Amino acid sequence: MPKVTYIEPDGRAVTLEVKSGRSVMSAAMEAGVEGIEAQCGGNMACATCHCYVQEPWLEQLPPPSDDELLMLGNVAAERRDNSRLSCQLTVRPQLDGLTVQFPERQS
Amino acid sequence: MNSQAPIVIVGAGQAGVQIAESLRQEGFGGELLLIGEEPHPPYQRPPLSKKWLADGGSGNPVSLALRGAEALARRRIELRLESRVTAVDRRAAELTFANGERLRYGKLAFATGSLPRALPVPGATLEGVLYLRGIADSQAIAAAIRRCAADNHRVVVIGGGFIGLEVAAGARKLGAEVTVLEGLPRLMSRVTAPVISEAFERVHRAHGVEFVFDAQVVELRGSGGRVEQVRTADGREFAAGCVVVGIGVAPDDRIASEAGLACDRGIIVDECSRTSDPVIAAAGDCTARRLPDGRLQRLESVQNAVEQGKSAAAALMGRKRVFTATPWFWSDQYDVKLQMAGLSHGYDQVVTRGDLHKPAFSAFYFSAGRLVAVDSLNRISDHMLAKRLLDHDVLPSLEQVADASFDLHGLMKQTA
Repeated sequence: MPKVTYIEPDGRAVTLEVKSGRSVMSAAMEAGVEGIEAQCGGNMACATCHCYVQEPWLEQLPPPSDDELLMLGNVAAERRDNSRLSCQLTVRPQLDGLTVQFPERQS
Repeated sequence: MNSQAPIVIVGAGQAGVQIAESLRQEGFGGELLLIGEEPHPPYQRPPLSKKWLADGGSGNPVSLALRGAEALARRRIELRLESRVTAVDRRAAELTFANGERLRYGKLAFATGSLPRALPVPGATLEGVLYLRGIADSQAIAAAIRRCAADNHRVVVIGGGFIGLEVAAGARKLGAEVTVLEGLPRLMSRVTAPVISEAFERVHRAHGVEFVFDAQVVELRGSGGRVEQVRTADGREFAAGCVVVGIGVAPDDRIASEAGLACDRGIIVDECSRTSDPVIAAAGDCTARRLPDGRLQRLESVQNAVEQGKSAAAALMGRKRVFTATPWFWSDQYDVKLQMAGLSHGYDQVVTRGDLHKPAFSAFYFSAGRLVAVDSLNRISDHMLAKRLLDHDVLPSLEQVADASFDLHGLMKQTA
């Protein structure tokens, strides 16, 4: 199974094996990663699963939809060039090693 | 009070998990029990009427996970599933389970959620009459809808509120014909302005949903124990392959009420989620919050469960944490996203921005000239901005909102 590494706001790293097809958000929630809230459960209604995608993975991901871009324009923490909503990122075999960092705050 | 006795949380949904984890964050080091009735570890409920249902209810429940058993164990939160608490004896500080087992608690939290209101008419217990609360319900509704689609039977939805409309949208996606019976003259009338109701009615009609308004359901009829027909007060009969009832929820305050806690259609809590018993807190759908003016407020939302859960944990640790964030809520129907910020109750004027027919617009609710809430349809930026404006009490005037050329985002930036 592909591995995804989550970096907590305080710098601690958690690596999980995530089934292909599952969202980066969903696996983090189940595992109790602390830097994520995901209040809407992946419906792209809340922007509380905001993450920063680490190099070199940003280019490997499908680009954000218009709705995701609008949500990203209103995240609670600083928006950066590598900001994404983790509910919109689907784990694939070729993303083995994907690393995302969660910001200081989600709401 | 026995300081060795655990803190027990009754209810393992969004609020229960939040209380448990927040207790650890607040530094509680003692024994912690989280008790749930369902067989699944804590999961996220909102998708059950939305994407999960529209995808056929056949997804892996793990994809809904709010927190896995391992993650809870790591935080030394003992999860007891398929366990039903039947009574609380406050004098003895003891719980009784359905299997007769008793358990002493040091402190207690209720996070029992809400239960769908039952349709109070003859025939309501026939097979094929379905309610939505948990994963099993969503699976059963999806299966019934698919049977209807295969057999060319109609799905009759009773109730044109959020659950009813989301189920109707899911049923259309699964290929079934749908009739929605609503008791009032318009959709979602208790929570939104007519302009929002009308927009959703147009969207649903464009997707082939039939609506009957002012429909008073008086009887469900069937044969062989299965529902086949819904009858309304004006004598009309609607053939039904299955019936989904979405006429609201009632807080599950039965055990708390029987234990003598102050309840009034919900466990009464203050702004810090404290109940009338100093060792008992409550959070989420099961509560009714006493407002400063004495009114009782019930909010059925994830945000409320999370924020009240944090307050309840603080309260159990003897601290005060008031929930002040702007309430928000959302609904998905087809490709239309409704996002609501603030509470529109009691509004006297509505101003819209955007395109009503696309639809892509927001309704701004004013009460005595003051902005109190914003409902946005496919206007994500408006919603996110509205939350911030209301959170920071930076309130545009009615004239500013009505002036399409006025930059509301600029208002926030000026004060940032």
